[in-house]
Amino acid sequence: MVKASIEARGDLRLTRLTKTYGDFTAVDDLSLTIAKGSFFALLGPSGCGKTTTLRMIAGLEEPTAGSIHLGETDITTTKPYQRPINTVFQNYALFPHLTIFENIAFGLRRRGKSDVKEAVEKVLNLVELPHLAQRKPTQLSGGQQQRIALARAIVNRPALLLLDEPLGALDLKLRRQMQIELKWIQKEVGLTFVHVTHDQEEAMTMADTIAVMNEGQIEQMGSPADLYDNPETAYVANFLGQSNLIKGTISGNDGDSQIVDLYGQKISLPKSRSHAVDSSTYAGIRPEKFRISLLETPVKGNVLSGGKIEDVSYIGVSTQYQVEMPWGQELMVFEQNDDGVAPFKKGDAVNISWEPTFTFGLRGDEDATAGSEVAPEVLDEE
Amino acid sequence: MSQKIKDATIPTIPLGARIQRWVGRNLIKIYAFFAFTYLFIPVAYTFAFSFNDSGKSNLIWKGFTLDNWKNPCGAPEVCNALGNSIKIGLLATIFSTILGTMIAFAIGRHKFKGRSTSNLLIFLPMATPEIVLGASLLSLFLVFKINPGFWPTVIAHIVFCISFVVVTVKARIASLDPRLEQAAMDLYANEFQTFRRVTLPLVAPGIAGAALLAFSLSFDDFIITNFNSGTLTTFPKFIYVSAARGIPAQANVIGSAMFFLALTIVIVGQLVNRRRVR
Repeated sequence: MVKASIEARGDLRLTRLTKTYGDFTAVDDLSLTIAKGSFFALLGPSGCGKTTTLRMIAGLEEPTAGSIHLGETDITTTKPYQRPINTVFQNYALFPHLTIFENIAFGLRRRGKSDVKEAVEKVLNLVELPHLAQRKPTQLSGGQQQRIALARAIVNRPALLLLDEPLGALDLKLRRQMQIELKWIQKEVGLTFVHVTHDQEEAMTMADTIAVMNEGQIEQMGSPADLYDNPETAYVANFLGQSNLIKGTISGNDGDSQIVDLYGQKISLPKSRSHAVDSSTYAGIRPEKFRISLLETPVKGNVLSGGKIEDVSYIGVSTQYQVEMPWGQELMVFEQNDDGVAPFKKGDAVNISWEPTFTFGLRGDEDATAGSEVAPEVLDEE
Repeated sequence: MSQKIKDATIPTIPLGARIQRWVGRNLIKIYAFFAFTYLFIPVAYTFAFSFNDSGKSNLIWKGFTLDNWKNPCGAPEVCNALGNSIKIGLLATIFSTILGTMIAFAIGRHKFKGRSTSNLLIFLPMATPEIVLGASLLSLFLVFKINPGFWPTVIAHIVFCISFVVVTVKARIASLDPRLEQAAMDLYANEFQTFRRVTLPLVAPGIAGAALLAFSLSFDDFIITNFNSGTLTTFPKFIYVSAARGIPAQANVIGSAMFFLALTIVIVGQLVNRRRVR
């Protein structure tokens, strides 16, 4: 039994996984398959259940209901040390009384592996810190500790590597660098990575597949491009990047497109990207997809007229505009600074246009602000 | 740089402000000097009079001698009493450290019914006046027809040492990051291996500290011992009894030696700890 579970390999399958603490449901009937060898990200704000899900996979929490399979093996109730799964903890959890070498060797020694020295040296070279083998963890910088925590996990060649906000304690520059390195190491060792993060940019940079979690459930799952270009809910549209959501009514069809009436102005929206269930809808457009033009300039595609520039902020690569529309809503527009000058001034009367295929449609009964006002992340969830 | 400082155009700081600043900077040192003097004068006195060529009564300085240090067992009964104290101290330390550590883990790590009550009850022997504890233990022994002596004293010492061990070890357990044990389990260590390889080494300094504390409490105890030891003489009892007719200088020798031994243990402990952290 023990031997069987520790040698399990294959896809990770969560079936109707649920975890409740008293009245609070942390993870709510979650089903999910993570393909072997993929880089999977669980993305969501603090308290959405992502860390609890990870801890159940690791065996550190017991599910209230549901099952966890690795390949064909049911590992729902096996102990953490009987699972071929290793975790990189949020604050690394390196053993302070052991040297770096012994920290990394810990898992190998527990399983009675013979070529410990060789394996540890190899993985220290992989994370480019072979000279630190005899140091103690407190003598290392945050970035070095992070790499050692990673080395301590991957040296065991687990079927599954879990990363719990592993970059949360690093500064921005180091975090960007580690994101690239982690992705490279994942390709290099070919393990399945499950990465928990609240940082949407981190998830988008690294993961093949992202599951956006909200209140214990998966809101939407797909590739980064899928989620960004075709969000199914307002929560996903707002949590991954920014979105302009304009209330409207579906007034007819035109081939593969729907005609949507936005406060009296008609635009078209691809049917394949409409998730509305009745005639009421929100038309969604990402700020960088908009083009601004003065009233007399001819434009193609979807057009909304009657805008007035309310605010201009120049941020180097792009300029951000706030454009007030006749119905009172302020739309956000990002324009690339291709020509080096901000061509519009506060108070200019403008039209806004965009390619119809960039439009996505959401259900009209949604809360258009869902996911946009998520409280700043409290890093330490314990 | 130094050229600029000598520049006469830079306004100098007035004398009053400089004195104030000096006092502000050094007040803590002055205070510490007096505090340590107050604390260590009795120790220094004891140490100095261990070299007194005292004869019968060690109250007046009669000249320097090393005889007391060369022959610490010179006074009648003193080493017999010391031996009893050390035996009782070691036994009480071993049992109270083992039991107390187990209680500390139970209270510090596990949720069970009556946990907060146990937590409170553990403090009670610490809060109970020793004279009450000593007297009630004696009557308890007598009820069970156990005569005062060596083993009743050991049992009595274990009783009051356990509380201190629990408190000390529990503090160490509380400061232990539970994620370290989770990490060990995650790295294929079963419950026993996790305890042996991670928990115990990390809690060990707390246990060692608790054991030292237990020993010094036991070694030092007079009140409870006086009730429960019967005719057995321990070192504190010996000093108390001989105080009536003059404490021999050998007692000063043993007292000073204990002090320096404790000091050495603390210093070595600090050094070892510093190396472990690095």
